[in-house]
Amino acid sequence: MGWLPTPVEELLNVALVGELTVVRPDGRAITHPLIPLYDGERILMHSSTLFSRKLEHIKANPKVAVSLSDDVAMKGNLDRATIQGTARVIEDDPHAQWERLILDLWRRKEPAIDQFLKARVALPLFFERAVIEITPQRCLYWPGGNTAREPQVSSAPARAAA
Amino acid sequence: MQVDEALLKRLSVYPFLVATWVDDAGYPISVATTFQTDGEAPTLLLNAPGLPIPTDREVSVIASHIRPQPGVGYDERRYLCVWGRASAPQDGVVTFSGEHAWGWDEAEVPFFEYSERSVPQSRRYLEQLSAERGRPIKPRLALPWLILRTTRLPFLTATFVPVLLGLAIAARHGPFDWLVAVLTIVGASFAHLAINVTNDIFDTLSGADEANVNPTQFSGGSRVLHYGLLSVRELSTWAAILYAGAIAVGLVLLAIRPSLELLLIGVAGVVIGLAYTAPPLKLVYRGLGEIAVAVGFGPVMLLGAYVAQTGRLAWEPLVASLPVAILIALILYVNEIPDRRGDAAAGKRTLVVRLSQIAVERLYLVAALVAFALVVAGVAVGIMPWPTLLALLALPLVFQVYRGIDQHYNSPYTLMAVMGTNVKLHLYTGLLLFAGYLVTLVIAAIR
Repeated sequence: MGWLPTPVEELLNVALVGELTVVRPDGRAITHPLIPLYDGERILMHSSTLFSRKLEHIKANPKVAVSLSDDVAMKGNLDRATIQGTARVIEDDPHAQWERLILDLWRRKEPAIDQFLKARVALPLFFERAVIEITPQRCLYWPGGNTAREPQVSSAPARAAA
Repeated sequence: MQVDEALLKRLSVYPFLVATWVDDAGYPISVATTFQTDGEAPTLLLNAPGLPIPTDREVSVIASHIRPQPGVGYDERRYLCVWGRASAPQDGVVTFSGEHAWGWDEAEVPFFEYSERSVPQSRRYLEQLSAERGRPIKPRLALPWLILRTTRLPFLTATFVPVLLGLAIAARHGPFDWLVAVLTIVGASFAHLAINVTNDIFDTLSGADEANVNPTQFSGGSRVLHYGLLSVRELSTWAAILYAGAIAVGLVLLAIRPSLELLLIGVAGVVIGLAYTAPPLKLVYRGLGEIAVAVGFGPVMLLGAYVAQTGRLAWEPLVASLPVAILIALILYVNEIPDRRGDAAAGKRTLVVRLSQIAVERLYLVAALVAFALVVAGVAVGIMPWPTLLALLALPLVFQVYRGIDQHYNSPYTLMAVMGTNVKLHLYTGLLLFAGYLVTLVIAAIR
């Protein structure tokens, strides 16, 4: 099981949008709003091949961060967190692999995805997808979302971090 | 995107933003904070967070918005990211100076257009992935969907309408052969689908598909080549199989009903279909696409079906084909409206590319009204039977489409409903003409 603080896990379980930041080869941080999913241990995000620059950046540099900040996108939960981690791109079969890995988690947050999936013929490349599997390494947590204060910082146990 | 005061002011509608940088361990790190814009200056005033924002490296700030739709998902997606430098806090305020920006607002660039603009990235990514894995990794569709998309199967109504009409008129003029009727429908369908596939090959090779970032379900072609779902070689094989089917059925028909007229009509149909996009004629690139489609899916199809039954030409099928020809040409004409920028970029000088909006709208109305006037005239001079006046029941759709074009001319995605109504106009008018002929046959049988 995961080591993230329970309130942060709760954020991950409800968030419709989180900001994934990746690092470009030139060192610039690039942030992408994406829907974060959580399997109890790892954060799972995903990307269409249409918008796959972030995947290229992750493959070159797996250090990423996920920010959970918007209470509107988190069912009114005011807490905020940033999770730093190492990411792996799962892309063996962009056509079908993501369905096995994340579709159940995705439809729980965005039920309309099933309707879109039925119309796959209309937007075939949107559903050619890779999964971004993020292993959390360090977590910064702001209870009540008050970022004027220093965050509560926790780190992965040695085994998870290894 | 240039970072100026106006751009930073766009951030002011967001309640907070997230500042991000790369920490000393090489990981990105983010913290949310509230902010104000800084009067006329191109800077932001961030309320200094408890996690210090560094001053010795680049920092980005991103503001994003969605509107949750409980039980569905979310919409109203937009975000704006600005890269720049932050100052040391003074009185609890960090001054952020923006240098570069990037963002997306689906109210400004609809999701479908955004996706289309990103197709080259998808192709590049999959090519790179294929190289890394040492095996081809391509986008896929289940075979039934691929057939539907590649052949643009739903557009077969454009074939069914004239062929059914030709068969109905032939039935009125003499003995009817059901086997020939079925073969005619099958052969014409093969030819239509083959031409669709061929046109896609030439449109993609010409760059028209890539230039068009606003395809709809009615326009922009199948895009199977552009998306990488099929290769040119694979699509050429599909076309060859469909042409072979059309030719085989055509030869069987000629064997059953030896007719020079039928042979010439068949050859004319295939030549017009190919010349539509294929060099050297490339009729659609010269503003002659509507005429080619009108001839091919009007007189050629309708007379072909008629001659296959009767072995001879006649005036009635030719006159009956004219309204159908005009209305099918108007489907192409309206479908060219969202494609016009991409077509122009690819040198495809369609009528819509050449004309102003007001001229496009007026020409549509005049042509559609002429189609219905021809039905009335055909009945008035005694060439067509009076029950074909049933076709006039579809006339109100002309005005719906005309108004829709005017209202949605610059909005490809809201124009889709109008394009759908325009397809119905052709289909319903054709079916009502067909019904008129069936009524005529029933009346004749009763007498």
